[in-house]
Amino acid sequence: MIKIWTIISKEWAEVFKNRLVLFTVAFLPIILTALPLVTMYFTSRYSGEMSDAMNAESMAFFGDMCQGLTELQCTEIYTLNLYTLMFMILPVAIPVTIAAYSIVGEKTSRSLEPLLATPITTTELLVGKMIAACVPAVAVTWLAFLVYAIAAWFMVSDVVFAEAMKPMWWLAIFAVSPLLTLLAVSVAVMVSSRVTDPRVAEQLSALVILPLILLVVGQSVGLILINEQMLLWLGLIIAVADVVLVYLTIKLFQRENILTRWK
Amino acid sequence: MISTENLTKKFNDNLAVDRLTLDIGEGEVFGFLGPNGAGKTTTVRMLTSLIAPTAGSARVMGYEVGKDDHEIRRNVGVLTETPGLYDRLSAWRNMTIFATLYEVADVPGQVEKYLRMLGLWDRRHDEAGTFSKGMRQKLAIARALLHEPRVLFLDEPTSGLDPEAAKLVRDFIEELSGEGRTIFICTHNLDEADRLCDRIAVFKTRLRVVDTTKGLREQMYGRQVVFHLADTAVAYLPVIQTQPYLHRAEAIDNKLVIALDNPETYNPELIRLLVEAGANIQFVGELRHSLEDIYLQLVNQA
Repeated sequence: MIKIWTIISKEWAEVFKNRLVLFTVAFLPIILTALPLVTMYFTSRYSGEMSDAMNAESMAFFGDMCQGLTELQCTEIYTLNLYTLMFMILPVAIPVTIAAYSIVGEKTSRSLEPLLATPITTTELLVGKMIAACVPAVAVTWLAFLVYAIAAWFMVSDVVFAEAMKPMWWLAIFAVSPLLTLLAVSVAVMVSSRVTDPRVAEQLSALVILPLILLVVGQSVGLILINEQMLLWLGLIIAVADVVLVYLTIKLFQRENILTRWK
Repeated sequence: MISTENLTKKFNDNLAVDRLTLDIGEGEVFGFLGPNGAGKTTTVRMLTSLIAPTAGSARVMGYEVGKDDHEIRRNVGVLTETPGLYDRLSAWRNMTIFATLYEVADVPGQVEKYLRMLGLWDRRHDEAGTFSKGMRQKLAIARALLHEPRVLFLDEPTSGLDPEAAKLVRDFIEELSGEGRTIFICTHNLDEADRLCDRIAVFKTRLRVVDTTKGLREQMYGRQVVFHLADTAVAYLPVIQTQPYLHRAEAIDNKLVIALDNPETYNPELIRLLVEAGANIQFVGELRHSLEDIYLQLVNQA
């Protein structure tokens, strides 16, 4: 366990001394927290044209989601739901920068060989690197979401808040997000241990975000309606994928290939 | 301490190490010489359980490569070809990370011991990236010693260092060998090998020769004695050429170069013959070929 912790603390010490990486970790959460709040502020400030009751066109677009609500309230809920879903991009986007660099970065800086020459097992090494990438991502996502939720609580009516912060979203952020993070990190570490250039690792690993973007787009245009049941299934599928991917990442880590591919 | 038998490594169809058989004793400083791409680093990687042999076997400290890899990694120290430090971390942090991974009992104590020993204590809080090449190499050597390994592999320990830093590293290696550690040095620096190593192997994909430097000289050139005369030497060649114990004799200006097996026994007689023939002998010495001559001849033969 102490070796895993050594790897974690080493990774954090290195990552957080790199201002560029720190910036990439902090930038997206700040934007994703600020954007919905700014949107909410302007929606409520310039809502004069919106009617108190839902008109037929709005009813058709929002459907059952807005039964018994005003057009403004419904717009707010729709906006908040959309942005909350975007919070699920954070736990995937943030760790990719750290995880994609984890092996190939050590390869290029030539520090991997001395590390592999120590009596550390592949599992200890990779678990350490994965935790080091997962924890900041999950922590930042949770923190950003809490800031967003508290600010929203001040900015919107109780009805809107209750609707926009349904238990489903808490489940999404606090249970499904960490699973998504592990998925992204496993893929990134796997890619990182099989390529020879950190840029390639980052580009390939970033592809994990694509399904999430499709989910956001699907929800925003009304193609998909995310509900509790769908989230539970999604969580279950991701959890199974996590187990498989972590196993494969460790299994496919070939010390010899990694060392001898250095040229 | 280190033994290999027909140790072989192939990368696809490329033969990197071909049937290497070696036996290195405890406390021995063993020089592994060879040109770039000869397979030296591959050999070190196999012996430190970083990569697996394709064929043959090897044992390090009694542990078998390929079976007891974890034990080998726990018990040997390795200085890799490049220092491979964490540049953004301090020297202290670099050392404590490895001390923990090597399961050192007293991490701060060992780290302090080696940072002080290598003169890096005052710079312990500085980032390794700010260190000079020599300091980085010293830090990497210190890192390899944290767990007090009895077997140490040093891959090009003075490569790229200025003469002062190289001397410091060499002196330190001498100090380590004095502690009875077995040291396996891969190097291009023949002078370094000559000075530090008890035995030397010349290697280019396969082992060309292994012996002490003295033994190598004798193997390659036999023993040779030079007689420096006051006048031209060619006139005295017939005086000694008839002696049955001589392998070869030649006159170069005022020097007679004589190849023979046992100069300690035959030199007095040769001196007497030359003096009786009227030669004025200024001085007599043994001709020593440089290790470079031997190395180049062996490598070019390969």
